Amino acid sequence: MDWQGQKLAEQLMQILLVVFAVAAFITGYVVGSFQLMLFVYAGGVVLTTLITIPNWPFFNKHPLKWLDPSEAEKHPKPQVAVTSVSKKKPNKK
Amino acid sequence: MHSFGYRANALLTFAVTILAVMCAIASVSDNFNSPSPTSQVQVLNINWFRNKPDGDDELSMTMNISADLQSLFTWNTKQIFVFLAAEYQTPQNSLNQVSLWDGIIPAKEHARFYIHTTNKYRFVDQGSNLWERDFNMTLHWHVMPKTGKMFADKIVMTGFRLPKSYK
Repeated sequence: MDWQGQKLAEQLMQILLVVFAVAAFITGYVVGSFQLMLFVYAGGVVLTTLITIPNWPFFNKHPLKWLDPSEAEKHPKPQVAVTSVSKKKPNKK
Repeated sequence: MHSFGYRANALLTFAVTILAVMCAIASVSDNFNSPSPTSQVQVLNINWFRNKPDGDDELSMTMNISADLQSLFTWNTKQIFVFLAAEYQTPQNSLNQVSLWDGIIPAKEHARFYIHTTNKYRFVDQGSNLWERDFNMTLHWHVMPKTGKMFADKIVMTGFRLPKSYK
């Protein structure tokens, strides 16, 4: 799952759960059945689980673009001068 | 949200939090119900009325108890506990409460009832004060919700009087 996918998954999860909760409450209140409210909400939770937890293809539409190895070789890593800062710099490239 | 486990954890905790909020709102929704219960009690007969060897008065009576508690039921009501108490004042105690009958109403369909019964629990006074005693029949009830706060209320029925001699 890429970065955009993670954001999407979290937002989807929150919106779906709240929507199902509101729907379940209204259904239960109108019908007058507490049990029905719980069933509707449980169904919503299961559906939300199926939508947001597995790593579906639509969560992977924005893959990170890594530099080619050949491109990386043209820009050699700076040589280590100061030991304290140098640890992090190679990772960023 | 980068892994299966994190997403499952986030979903579960959020889902349960919302469930708690739903239960809280359901409990609050009980306050919008304005019930109008009714009740009537008739004392048909004093079966016997005696002074026990230890000096306390005791009596047995046959009663008709009818009540309509259907309006107490909301969608968030699990059951209602109801009991009938004889309440009276004596020189020793400003309030005596003697439970004569009780019951649990599990559903709205059973909330309108009519019962012909003798007192289920013994009607014993703390002393010998029941002669010609005026007393109230009070129907108390406790509404037990599925979630949230328990409600209690009562109906006081006045104008009952015990006989003036043992029998």
